[in-house]
Amino acid sequence: MSKIGVFVCHCGTNIANTVDVERAVASARELPGVAFASEYKYMCSEPGQQMIKDAIEEYGLDRVVIASCSPRMHETTFRKMLKDTKVNPYMLEIANIREQCSWVHTDKAKATEKAIRLIRMSVAKAARDEPLFASSIPIEKRALVIGGGIAGIQAALDIADAGHEVALLEREPSIGGKMAMLDKTFPTLDCSACISTPKMVDAGAHPNIKLLTSCEVVKTEGYIGNFQVTIRRNARYVNHDICTGCGLCETKCPVKTDSEFNHGLSKRPAIYKLFPQAVPSKPVIDKNSCLKLTKGKCGVCEKVCPLGCIDYADEDREFTETFGAIVFATGYELIDWTALYGEYGGGRYPDMLTGLQFERLVNASGPTEGHIVRPSDGKEPKTVAIVKCVGSRDPKKGKSYCSRACCMYAAKHAHQILDKLPGTRVFIFYIDVRTPGKGYEEFYDQTRKDGAIYVRGRISKIYKDGDKLVCNGEDTLLGKQVKVMADMVVLETAMTPSSGIEELATMFGVARDVNDWIQEAHPKLRPVETQVGGVFLAGTCQGPRDIPDTVAHASAAAAKVVSLLNKSEMETSPMISVVRREHCCGCGACEKICPYTAITLEEIDDRVGAKRVKRPIASVNSGLCQGCGACTAACRTGAIDLLGFRNAQILEEVDALCL
Amino acid sequence: MSVKETNDPKIIAFCCNWCTYTGADLAGLNRSHYPENVHIVRVPCSGRVNPQFILRAFRNGCDGVMVCGCHPGDCHYSTGNYFTRRRFTLMKRLLEYNGIDPGRFHARWISGSEAGKFRDTAEEVTAMVRKLGPNTRYREYARREMSADE
Ligand SMILES: Cc1cc2nc3c(=O)[nH]c(=O)nc-3n(C[C@H](O)[C@H](O)[C@H](O)COP(=O)(O)OP(=O)(O)OC[C@H]3O[C@@H](n4cnc5c(N)ncnc54)[C@H](O)[C@@H]3O)c2cc1C
Repeated sequence: MSKIGVFVCHCGTNIANTVDVERAVASARELPGVAFASEYKYMCSEPGQQMIKDAIEEYGLDRVVIASCSPRMHETTFRKMLKDTKVNPYMLEIANIREQCSWVHTDKAKATEKAIRLIRMSVAKAARDEPLFASSIPIEKRALVIGGGIAGIQAALDIADAGHEVALLEREPSIGGKMAMLDKTFPTLDCSACISTPKMVDAGAHPNIKLLTSCEVVKTEGYIGNFQVTIRRNARYVNHDICTGCGLCETKCPVKTDSEFNHGLSKRPAIYKLFPQAVPSKPVIDKNSCLKLTKGKCGVCEKVCPLGCIDYADEDREFTETFGAIVFATGYELIDWTALYGEYGGGRYPDMLTGLQFERLVNASGPTEGHIVRPSDGKEPKTVAIVKCVGSRDPKKGKSYCSRACCMYAAKHAHQILDKLPGTRVFIFYIDVRTPGKGYEEFYDQTRKDGAIYVRGRISKIYKDGDKLVCNGEDTLLGKQVKVMADMVVLETAMTPSSGIEELATMFGVARDVNDWIQEAHPKLRPVETQVGGVFLAGTCQGPRDIPDTVAHASAAAAKVVSLLNKSEMETSPMISVVRREHCCGCGACEKICPYTAITLEEIDDRVGAKRVKRPIASVNSGLCQGCGACTAACRTGAIDLLGFRNAQILEEVDALCL
Repeated sequence: MSVKETNDPKIIAFCCNWCTYTGADLAGLNRSHYPENVHIVRVPCSGRVNPQFILRAFRNGCDGVMVCGCHPGDCHYSTGNYFTRRRFTLMKRLLEYNGIDPGRFHARWISGSEAGKFRDTAEEVTAMVRKLGPNTRYREYARREMSADE
């Protein structure tokens, strides 16, 4: 028989005014298993706690029920108190007779009856409490940042500056992300390269940062503090250990293929650096366009390389490393409008550009050295139409959400055109203009003063007439049809999550929202955490945002990582799921329902009669389990149970109430 | 076993720790009054509530059962309450089949800030259950089982 001590708190008059504490104590004394019951003015106070400790000693209590305020208030206090006694801190139940009784009821007799029932329920549950032990897991003091855009770079730098090792993983041959492609950045119009390349160089040179470019995550195991991540380094065919990045090979390569960085507006060789300021500043060979690798001929780069860095036999290589924390910084891509907007020509007209193509076009290091000219004939446009919300705020065709940065960069694009080609007519088609942010509204106002013509309405059709792109739409403010004969059209298209996010998120057990952006743990209070312990979020992988917000988000994620890595070990809650192997039928229902991929089916050797068999049973990873108990409700045989909230304990509470 | 004949229903409310339990605590802080009939059982997540708990409550003569959790999409454990929702749509039908008026069972989403909603729900459910009268459906059965136990 258990020896339960029941301690009823007056909470000054907060409880005692509405609940007859003495009666509650007297009735608790009668309950099975109760060895001692008493009351005090303030249980949480020093003398209150001492009284409990003394009673534990004196009456040899092995578990405790405290009837007081909400457990959300003082459960931790009383658990801490029990650490100094013989009673295990988890052999504690709290009957909430303040928030859920004395404060919400007025009739003293009825409130007392209810308090008695609540105490009875807690006593019944406590009788089935068992000692639980928090385990601590060691923390590997290294972080992995996935994605080398400005978010990843910022997070990596902050973590590294705090003294921890970071691996910055990027699937492209260089870090930099979209920011490296931009020309100027709103609202201050400082040159993007001038502010981002120094950060890239810092990241490349930082003693605590290891760059893993041309790399992808292929597998991951483990949990907070101990993620074993298998990474594939895609073959580069260039030995970066000896390459100095002199660039001779690039100039001699005979191949010309579309440049990804310039979004097809220019060509690049098969051996290439993503862009001139790439970090690392060393080339790789694109195996899909290299003549030697596709057809077996050529080999020019090998011949010209003064250091013998070229290695056509290079292969993809996999390796596994351990990290204590993970940061997702996989960014965004632009929606493929060509598939969605047939009425805009579906990508047939070369003088229709996406926002990022336009960024490359106005960029001094871009394909035209910053001259705004039509890709088709190299002529300067006299009339430009900028169309916003292509794929954004358009649930029928694209996404229902607002892509947040476009109103501002559309204004920026208009400004850049008017600045470089004064006298050009620039029309901006919009649904609403949204410019919240420091200096943003002023920037938009200035663009209008510069001469940009804002037309409220969507463009319904764009077609070619001679060398003009005819944009048909409606001015919804005037209620009139409009037709603009444009020389160039810029489509400000929706941001969507990076390709491959689904696989990556699934690997780590991280949830995605309805639009596939990574789901943060709480939309307001935990914006940089995921619901998986040790996995954090930085930048646009969580949703569209501009650079200032991305950087702030990334630094916040880094702060979370640092505070985790600063500990050498972490206590984990012992209130997690456990499997009774002999009852488990291996159906896997728990595995499917678990939001944390904490449950896997494991093959075990078993016997059926005299026969040896192998059968699957559920196994819980204690590092991943967060104790939600979803699995317990899904289990058909009752084999899986939640420590601290066992089926039997909850049933005891139910029975105790109905008694 | 003493099931009182008075029409003072016993109602059990399984509340998730993160939303509804917090909301109920807030109702306390606000001194919002609701009937003494509602008794809260704290569970980590509404997804933890096994249909078995509800059946047991009704079998033992509990007059009403509530399962309350975070709003869909707000679950502390990301997806738990979606399962709750699906599971308890089925549950209502199972109860009906077993002769328990589905008006005795309510699944509700109440967030940590919705103290008022908690109070209103407690009042509403109590009133509804009171109207249905005591749940005597399995009393004989339970009584027999109890005496067999002894
Ligand atoms: C046309 C245009 C103009 C803009 N102009 C401005 C402006 O003027 N001012 C402003 O503040 N904002 C502007 N923005 C917004 C700005 O681009 C973003 O806020 C910012 O670049 C987001 O950075 P990020 O690091 O989150 O994402 P990204 O820059 O997209 O970086 C993500 C990185 O992760 C890598 N990656 C993705 N998936 C994986 C994977 N599975 N494994 C490994 N690596 C992966 C990608 O290759 C990429 O390098 C503009 C956006 C557009 C489209």
